[in-house]
Amino acid sequence: MSAHRSLINKLLLACAAMFAFGFALVPLYDVFCDITGINGKTDKVAAAAPDRVDRGREVSVEFLATHDPAVAVDFAPETARLRLNPGELQLVSFVVENRSDQPIVTTAVPSVSPGEAARHFMKIECFCFQEQPLAPGERKLMPVQFYVDPELPERFKNLTLSYRLYRSVGQRASR
Amino acid sequence: MSTQVTGTLDAHGAAGRPRDHDHKPRGLARWLFSTNHKDIGTLYLLFSLAMLFTGGSLAMVIRAELFQPGLQFVDPHFFNQMTTVHGLVMVFGAVMPAFVGLANWMIPLMIGAPDMALPRINNWSFWILPCAFAILLSTLFMEGGAPAAGWTFYAPLSTKYSGDSTAFFVLAVHLMGVSSIMGAINVIVTIWNMRAPGMGWMKLPLFVWTWLITAFLLIAVMPVLAGVVTMVLTDKYFGTSFFDAAGGGDPVMFQHIFWFFGHPEVYIMILPAFGIVSTIIPTFARKPLFGYESMVIATASIAFLSFIVWGHHMFTTGMPVVAELFFMYATMLIAVPTGVKVFNWVATMWRGSMTFEVPMMFSLAFIVLFTIGGFSGLMLAIIPADFQYQDTYFVVAHFHYVLVTGAVFGIIAAVYYWIPKWTGVMYDERLAQVHFWCSLVSVNMLFFPMHFVGLAGMPRRIPDYALQFADLNAFMSIGGFLFGLSQLLFLWGVVRCMRGIGDKATDRVWEGAQGLEWEVPSPAPYHTFDTPPVVK
Amino acid sequence: MLVAGVPAGAQDMRLNMTRGATELSRQVFDLHMTIFYICVAIALVVFGLMFWSIVRHRKARGAVPAQFHGSLKVEILWTAIPVLILVAMAVPATRTLIAMEDTSASELTVLVTGSQWKWHYKYLDYPIEFYSVLATPRAQIANAADKTPDYLRAVDKPLVLPSGKKVRFLLTADDVIHSWWVPDFAIKKDAVPGFINETWARIDKPGLYYGKCAELCGRDHGFMPVAVEVKTPADFEAWAAQQVAAAEQAKAEAESAGPMSMDEQMALGRQVYERACVACHQAGGEGLPGVFPALKGSAIATGEPAAHLHIVLFGKTGTAMQAFGKQLGVKELAAVITYERNAWGNAKGDQVQPADIAAAIAKGE
Repeated sequence: MSAHRSLINKLLLACAAMFAFGFALVPLYDVFCDITGINGKTDKVAAAAPDRVDRGREVSVEFLATHDPAVAVDFAPETARLRLNPGELQLVSFVVENRSDQPIVTTAVPSVSPGEAARHFMKIECFCFQEQPLAPGERKLMPVQFYVDPELPERFKNLTLSYRLYRSVGQRASR
Repeated sequence: MSTQVTGTLDAHGAAGRPRDHDHKPRGLARWLFSTNHKDIGTLYLLFSLAMLFTGGSLAMVIRAELFQPGLQFVDPHFFNQMTTVHGLVMVFGAVMPAFVGLANWMIPLMIGAPDMALPRINNWSFWILPCAFAILLSTLFMEGGAPAAGWTFYAPLSTKYSGDSTAFFVLAVHLMGVSSIMGAINVIVTIWNMRAPGMGWMKLPLFVWTWLITAFLLIAVMPVLAGVVTMVLTDKYFGTSFFDAAGGGDPVMFQHIFWFFGHPEVYIMILPAFGIVSTIIPTFARKPLFGYESMVIATASIAFLSFIVWGHHMFTTGMPVVAELFFMYATMLIAVPTGVKVFNWVATMWRGSMTFEVPMMFSLAFIVLFTIGGFSGLMLAIIPADFQYQDTYFVVAHFHYVLVTGAVFGIIAAVYYWIPKWTGVMYDERLAQVHFWCSLVSVNMLFFPMHFVGLAGMPRRIPDYALQFADLNAFMSIGGFLFGLSQLLFLWGVVRCMRGIGDKATDRVWEGAQGLEWEVPSPAPYHTFDTPPVVK
Repeated sequence: MLVAGVPAGAQDMRLNMTRGATELSRQVFDLHMTIFYICVAIALVVFGLMFWSIVRHRKARGAVPAQFHGSLKVEILWTAIPVLILVAMAVPATRTLIAMEDTSASELTVLVTGSQWKWHYKYLDYPIEFYSVLATPRAQIANAADKTPDYLRAVDKPLVLPSGKKVRFLLTADDVIHSWWVPDFAIKKDAVPGFINETWARIDKPGLYYGKCAELCGRDHGFMPVAVEVKTPADFEAWAAQQVAAAEQAKAEAESAGPMSMDEQMALGRQVYERACVACHQAGGEGLPGVFPALKGSAIATGEPAAHLHIVLFGKTGTAMQAFGKQLGVKELAAVITYERNAWGNAKGDQVQPADIAAAIAKGE
């Protein structure tokens, strides 16, 4: 019977470990995304400043802003498209305007396409995932300071930085 | 793998025991409180049969609605509930419990153990199942209906956009998972600790081997399923954002975690069938299995590979090229061990002395039709083509070939093969042959044209379709109804045996049968191998 | 089966994948056929041997079983040969895949957004955007009218693209995951809420190409077709110019829209309802209990107009009720709200006018 017991204990331990592993996949997935660029997820932490500029080539970066249709805002990039050298520091702004007579708290979720280029898209300053309170009718500029990593593989010539604006989870819960 | 039993069973085993004094409890209590592996095996098998017909009825609703273009019988929302519950019932209610039932009955008999290692856990793990399915099926009668996000319940359709049946669904899946895990632990402990003296690892019957590997897969992935349904639950009701982009989550992550469970899961549903076919073919070819060791190695390789191919379900989600290529190559690699198995089966038949009783017929059909499913699987692995196949009826054809003509045919073959041992009565061979031929023809009418409509562009999980698909859908529906009706013949055959109608079975039953299970009388007495046999 | 007016590449009941209308779709087709023929060849050999054995080595013919049960040589051989075949398959597959994922140097970009159960197209290089919804009348689906050849394939406004140019598609979704699939372009890509995916096509020749949503997205997943009309570059430019002009005209009309009569509103409202609302709230306004609420006799449709306007314009977060404020014109919005307040026995008798809508939109949520 004790032979049974020790085997059972090991197997139960394995089950518990696999259950935990299921949840560990959540942070692991983020790491995995970082490495491979699944879904164009970008780093949530600010990047360091570029150390060199690659004058030898240009990439085009397109900016896209969409919002959850249930949030009454206008949301658009100030610049639609930029051509820049990898390593060159750029500042672009997204404009958000609260179209309602209520205060709104938003969060913006970034996504870079093609996904594999996401980890070469370096944001030094960004409003990603930060809660942005907007008074009724308020218009706000949200700046992104970024550069494209000179290590970006040659085959990527067009990048797209997209933000999608949602009502913040906190405000949604309180409504 | 050849097993020889020394001594006479009268001296060691149960054969000397008077048949009718097995100390069986009587009435309902026998079944409710049973800790006997044979009783519990029977319960599992009967439950699985009931679920086969339940899931089958849902499939009949689907085929009736798809018989003609336009909406005839059901609302699209109800249609989605049908596809969802059909999938869940067939996967977790019909196929998996059938294999557990076969494991309960046969593993102790095959390895010369008196019972499963953990009889009371065994009783629990069975009785949890009817509760789980009562909960799941009850949602069909609730306001808002059953879950309708597909058996794969992708977020956010299953979280933010689902009905309150989600809570019941999650509870039911948890219960099914607990049941499966308990069953798997029981199988592993039994095989690990309770083999008869002399039954070395490389003497284990292949059915036992495949089940051992399956049990490890279950332990590895059922907890992950439990994890992912828990995340669905908390996302829906407790404000977490695992799969909600707005809160920093990612819907695609759901698919990664789900398929990390899901791909091993499909092998959980096929490996024991490999074991069954590897047992039946040598019996009726009267020749030992070709390449026993390579069969074991192939099974283990398939199990290992199953953990690194989940991404092939998700090629259209927008994965980086490197990841796509990795999953494509790994998936293609699975064709190698699977091919080895098929070649081994053919080589086992080669220069044998074959007869074609019904278990053999189902096994032969298994080899051909499962291989067709394997070929379409290989095609699906080729990513550029997969972009055209993904989420079409081509995929539906693929996994029904693997699961119906694969897993279910394997289970039916096993039932015909061992039912004389279980009941002591030979099944009606003529009835069974009719059942086989009706099933073979109708199942191909049902699933083969799905390849064509899928290639021509018909998506899966739709209640209505463009006119170009009408003729083939009508044909497939007729095949579906015939296949459903054919299974009534199976039911009839099983009921006959259970009621003791038919010729008395001999102890060995099949001329070419090998293995310990054939050393005990037919029907197998309530208690067997109280004293372990010695295997040389 | 299908008669006049059918699009390129769909004239017959096809049994195979389409060759499609792009260089890549033809490559994909060839790849598909190559793999298929390899599979058939393997099947012929394996099943051939198996059936040969079944015929020759049967007990009824007096076959005596051999007793061999393994051969290392043979087993190594039939492990190695499949590996070689697989490598031969992987090479062209890899080549095609890499070409498919190269979205650089596109000449036109379209943002495709899926929502329950329609597509939204936004041209990033032109001020053009519109929704595209199923055009098949409900009567055909309910078998109350004869089905036309474009049953479940036609949409009210197809996506219009120029031929011969590299078009890049960016895909995302508003609610659940959808998948944008046009077989003729060999494109199937998931539209994931909150994230962007991309793919591309260079379509050879003008024509009408049909596709579908391929990922289960809820009740009307089967009723969410894709239609793409490909024009020559010159025709495309003309179309774009005309769209821009038409949009400006519509905007001007909306701003100056006067009051509408009850009859006018009920007629237009019914049309809009059947296009935008009927999938959930059902033809008789009865909804689906437990899933989609009824409008017939509901508190909102028979209560204060302001609340009714609010939910139609801005939707209800956390439910399938979308914000229609930007999807429909002010006249359409006014008409459909009026219709909902006066149909199926909801005899409120009140009217919501375009001016009310304009005011509500200006005021915001």
